[in-house]
Amino acid sequence: MKQFFAMLLALTLALSLAACGGNGSGGSGDAQPSGGGSGDAQPSGGDSGGEKVVKIGVFEPATGDSGAGGKQEMLGMQYANKETPTVEIGGESYKVELVYADNASDVAKAPTAASQLVSQDVSLVLGTYGSGCAIAGGPIFGEAGLAAIGVTCTNPGVTAGNDYYFRICFLDPFQGTVLANFATEKFSAKKAYLLGELGNDYDQGLLNYFEQAFEGECVKDSFPTNTSDFSTYLNKAVDQGADVIFCPVSIAYSTQIVKLAASMNLNIPILGSDTLDSNKVLEAAKGSNVQVYVSTFYQEGGAPEFDEGIKAWLNEDSTAMTNNGGDDTIAAVTAMGYDAYYVALEALKAAGSTDKGAVKAALPSLQYTGVSGAIAFDDVGDAVRDTAYIKTADNAAGAWTLETVQTAK
Amino acid sequence: MQYAISILLSGVSLGGQYALIAIGYTMVYGILRLINFAHGDVFMVAGLMMVYLTASVPLAVSVPLVLVLTVLLGFIIERAAYKPLREAPRMSVMISAIGVSYLLQNLATYITGGLPQMYPEIPGISATVSIAGVPTKWVTVVTPVLVLALVLALTQLIHHTKVGMAMRAVAKDFETAQLMGIRINAVISTTFVIGSFLAAVGSVLYFTNYQSIVPLSGSLPGLRAFVAAVFGGIGSIPGAVVGAFIIGLSESVIKGSSWSIFSDAFTFALLIIILVVKPTGLFGEKVTDKV
Amino acid sequence: MKKTTTKSTWMLLLSVAALLALVVVLENVLDPNKNIMVFTALKKGAVYALVAVSMNLLNGFTGLFSLGQAGFMLLGAYTYAILTIPTAQRDAVYYLYNGSAVNFSLPELFGGGAFGLVLGVLLALVLGGCVAAAVAWLIGLPVLRLKSDYLAIATLGFGEIIRAVFQWDKLGPVTNGANALKNFPTFSNFNIQNAGGEVVLRLSTFVAFLLAGICVAVIVLLINSTYGRAFKAIRDDEVAAEAMGINLSKHKRLAFVISSFFAGVGGGMFAMFANQAQAKTFTTAMTYEILLIVVIGGIGSVSGSCLAAFLYVAASEWWLRFLDAETFIGGVKVPLLRNGFRMVVFSVVIMIVVLFFRRGIMGDRELPDLFRRRGKEGAAK
Repeated sequence: MKQFFAMLLALTLALSLAACGGNGSGGSGDAQPSGGGSGDAQPSGGDSGGEKVVKIGVFEPATGDSGAGGKQEMLGMQYANKETPTVEIGGESYKVELVYADNASDVAKAPTAASQLVSQDVSLVLGTYGSGCAIAGGPIFGEAGLAAIGVTCTNPGVTAGNDYYFRICFLDPFQGTVLANFATEKFSAKKAYLLGELGNDYDQGLLNYFEQAFEGECVKDSFPTNTSDFSTYLNKAVDQGADVIFCPVSIAYSTQIVKLAASMNLNIPILGSDTLDSNKVLEAAKGSNVQVYVSTFYQEGGAPEFDEGIKAWLNEDSTAMTNNGGDDTIAAVTAMGYDAYYVALEALKAAGSTDKGAVKAALPSLQYTGVSGAIAFDDVGDAVRDTAYIKTADNAAGAWTLETVQTAK
Repeated sequence: MQYAISILLSGVSLGGQYALIAIGYTMVYGILRLINFAHGDVFMVAGLMMVYLTASVPLAVSVPLVLVLTVLLGFIIERAAYKPLREAPRMSVMISAIGVSYLLQNLATYITGGLPQMYPEIPGISATVSIAGVPTKWVTVVTPVLVLALVLALTQLIHHTKVGMAMRAVAKDFETAQLMGIRINAVISTTFVIGSFLAAVGSVLYFTNYQSIVPLSGSLPGLRAFVAAVFGGIGSIPGAVVGAFIIGLSESVIKGSSWSIFSDAFTFALLIIILVVKPTGLFGEKVTDKV
Repeated sequence: MKKTTTKSTWMLLLSVAALLALVVVLENVLDPNKNIMVFTALKKGAVYALVAVSMNLLNGFTGLFSLGQAGFMLLGAYTYAILTIPTAQRDAVYYLYNGSAVNFSLPELFGGGAFGLVLGVLLALVLGGCVAAAVAWLIGLPVLRLKSDYLAIATLGFGEIIRAVFQWDKLGPVTNGANALKNFPTFSNFNIQNAGGEVVLRLSTFVAFLLAGICVAVIVLLINSTYGRAFKAIRDDEVAAEAMGINLSKHKRLAFVISSFFAGVGGGMFAMFANQAQAKTFTTAMTYEILLIVVIGGIGSVSGSCLAAFLYVAASEWWLRFLDAETFIGGVKVPLLRNGFRMVVFSVVIMIVVLFFRRGIMGDRELPDLFRRRGKEGAAK
C-alpha cells in the first residue's frame, strides 16, 4: 500500500513535469497560442472573453513578519485598481489584472514567488515591502527581462547593480540623515540610543546611516529576532541619559516598544522610520504620554480626494479593513502602493504595448506626480526624492499630525 | 543602581513566565520523551484567544474561558496528533509536534492577517507600580509569587495524589505502569491538561507585560523555556523552575550589558557548558544504558 | 548475486544519467519564462534534497539526532559568497563597511571566463563544505558526548550562536553584518551565452542537479561502505556496536563532520539558488523544514529524502499557490481562499502525511527496492 503510494507520488512528480513540458512546448512552439496568450507580439495581452487583459504582478509578503506591511501596501494597489480598472494602451482599452505572489517575507521563498509572477506573463511587477526579498527576487526578474518597481523597499542594494529594479520611494541613507538632523534640530539631542533587530538589514542599515549623520554620541544595541521583552533596552536608554531613541524596527516590535514606553511613562522621544507609520503604533501610544515621531512618505491630508476615497472603500470592504488593521487610518505604504499602481499604468501607456521589454524601456524616462509627490527615476533606477514627512502621534486623538517636512541638505 | 534593579526585575518576571511554560515541556518530556514543539504556540494561541474574547465578553468571563479553552486545545492536540503515534518511532511524534506548531502559527497568521494584536489591559496587574524608583507593572511583582504558589501546588499534586503517583509511575517506566493497570492515556491527558493550563496562566502574565501578539510570539519564549527545561534537567519540575529563573536573569543581564547582540547566543552557550559538565542538566536523573 | 548488483548499479547510473539529460533537454526546449516555476522548484528541490540527505546520514543512518543543519548551511553559504563575489562588486556589496576585508575572488584567480567560473565555484563550494566540517569537528568535541535530545538541543544552540556571530557588525568587513552578500555567481551564470548576450544553452538547473547528484552519490557510496555499516550498527545498538569493536566516538565524529561538510556544500548551493546569502535566512525554522523532509521521505532512505525534498518544495511553493488567491467560480466567491490559506492547507497536509504514513513515504527502503520487488512479483505470476 505504502509502496503504491510512494510510486504514485513519484509518478505525480514525473507527470506534472511532463504536463508542464507539454504546455510549455506548445507555447514556445508558437503554433498554438494558449489561453494565457503566448502570442509573440503581446506576451500578456491575451483575450479572455473578448476583453483585453494586462497583468501587473504584485510581489508582496502577505504572511511572515512583514506580512502586515505588505498587506497595507497591497491595499493601495487594490484601491487604485478599483478606481481605475482599465488602461488605454496603444489606442485599445485593457482591463488591468493584479496577479499576487506571496513571498512570505522570507528570502528563501522569494525566488519561487518571483518565478511565479514571471511564469504568469505579467507586464511588470510592483513590490516588495522588505528589501531582502526584493534583492532575492531581483535577479529572477532581471533574467526574465521583467521590470520591477519597488514601492517601499529603501535599501540601496535593491536597485544597485540591477537594471530591472526601479523604485519610487526614498532610500535609507536619506531617511537616516533626515531623522538624525531632526533629532538635532528639534530636541538638540547630544546622545542617541539606537535599537534595531539583529541581522535585519533594514534596521541595521538605518542605524548605520543615522550614526554617520548624527553629530552627538550614539549607543547602539541590537535585539534577537522575536524578542518581546524590551524593558531592559528602554531602561538602558534611560540609564545612558539618551536624549532620543531611534528604533527603525518592524511593526511587531515597534508596537511592543511604544506600548512599553507608554506604560513606563518614558519621556524620551522615540524616533522611527517609515515602518512605524502604522495605525498599530498609534493604537499602542494612544492615551499615554509617549512621544513618537516617524519619517514617512505621505501624510494624510496631502491628497484629500484620495484620502476620502480610500476611507470610504475601507469602511465598505470588511476584508480590506481587516488588512488595514481594523480602522481607516491611511498608512504611508498604502499611499505608495496607490502611486506605484499609477506609475505602472503610466509605464504601460508610455510603452504603448504590454510587452515587458517595451515597459522596461519606457520606465527610465517616466514622470508622474502622485499623491506622495513627484516621481521620476535617476540613472540607478531610484526615485528622485528629497522630501520626507515627519509626523508625530497625537495620543489623545489616536491620529498622526504633521510635524515638519524635511529635505536633505 | 536603578538600572540594576530594573534589570533584576525584568529578569525575575521573565524567569517566572518562562518557568510556567517550561513546566509544560518538562512534564510532557518526562512522560512521553517528546519535545512538544507546539507548546510555545499553544501559549501564543492562548494570548490570541484572550484578545478576541475580550472584544466580546467582559474580562471576568474571558480569563477563565481562556484557561478552559487552552486546556481543551492542549487536550485535543494530544488526542489528535500524538496519541495515534504512540507506537511509532519517536522521531515521528516529534515531527507531528512540529506539524502542529506550523498549523497553529499558520492558522494564527490566517486569522489575524499577521498584524500585531494588542493584548487587553487586565485591571490590577496591568497597573504601574514603582519599586525603588523603577517603574514597572504589578505583574512583575505578581509573577514570581504566583509561580511559586503554582509550583508548590503542582508538587503536592504529584507527590500526594493518586493521579500524581500514576504520573510518576508512567514517567519511570511506561510499559510496567501499563501492566500495573494504570490508564496511560488518562495520565498523559492529565499531563497535557496541566501543561496547557500553566501555559495559559503564563500567557496572561507574559502578554500583560509585553502587550502585542504576532503569530511568532510563542516561538522565542517557547524555545527559551525549553532551554530552561533542559538546563534544569528535563523531566524535573524544580529543575525547570530553577533553570527558567537562571535563563531569565542571565538573559536580562546580558541584554543590559554592551554585549546585547549575543543575548541569544549566550543563553545557548550557557546551556552547552552545563550539558557538557552535567549531561542531563542541573537536576536531571542520571540515565544508564540498559543492555 | 554479484551479477545482479552490478546490473542494478548500471541501471541506477543509467537512470540518473537519463534524468540529467532530461533536465538539460527540458530546460532548453521549454519556454523559460512560462515554465520558470518548474525550474525554480527543481533547483530548490535539488538543494534541499542534498541537505536532507546529509541530515539523513546523521539522523537516519547514524542515529545521532542533530538540529544544527541550518548553522552549517550558513557557514557554507557565507564561505561560498565571500570567496566568489567579483572584486569589482565588493565595494558595492560591502557599502556599509567601505569595502571587503577579503579582496580576491576565486573565479577571477583562475583567470575568469568559463573555466575560471567552473573551477572557482567548485572550489568555493568545497571550501564552504570544509569550513562547515571544521567547525563541526570543533563543536563535536564537547557535544557528541551528549545523547539523543540533549545533542539535538545543543546543536540547535550552536546553529543560533553561529548565526549571531555572523550578524555581528564588528565582523562586517568579512560577513557584511546584517546585509546580504550578493552579486556572486549563481546557477544562472552557467547558462551559456553567445556574443550578443543571448542565452544559447541553459544549464542552470542541470548544474544544480549535477552538483547535488554528485554529493548524494558520494553519500550513498559512503553508506554502502564499511563506514556506513558501522554507522548503522551504532544507530541500531550503541552498546553492541562498541562490543563488536567499532570505535564509537571516532565514527560518530566522522558522521557528524561528513554530514556537516555536505550541509555546507548545500548551503553554498542554497546561496546560488537564492541569489544572496544572509544570516537571518538560516534559522531553526529552516532546520525544522529539512527535518520534516527527512521524516516525510523516510528516516534512513536516501531516495526518500530526495523525493520528499522535491515534493515538499513543489507543494509548499508551487502547487498550492492558487489557495492564496481569492477565486470566483461562476461569480460566487470561493470561501476561505485568501492570503495565508495556502500555508494552513499545507500544514494540514503535513499532519496527514505524518499521522498516516508514520514511517514516511519510503520507510527505510530505496527507490530501486520498489522496482525489484515489483519485478519479483511479476516473475512469480
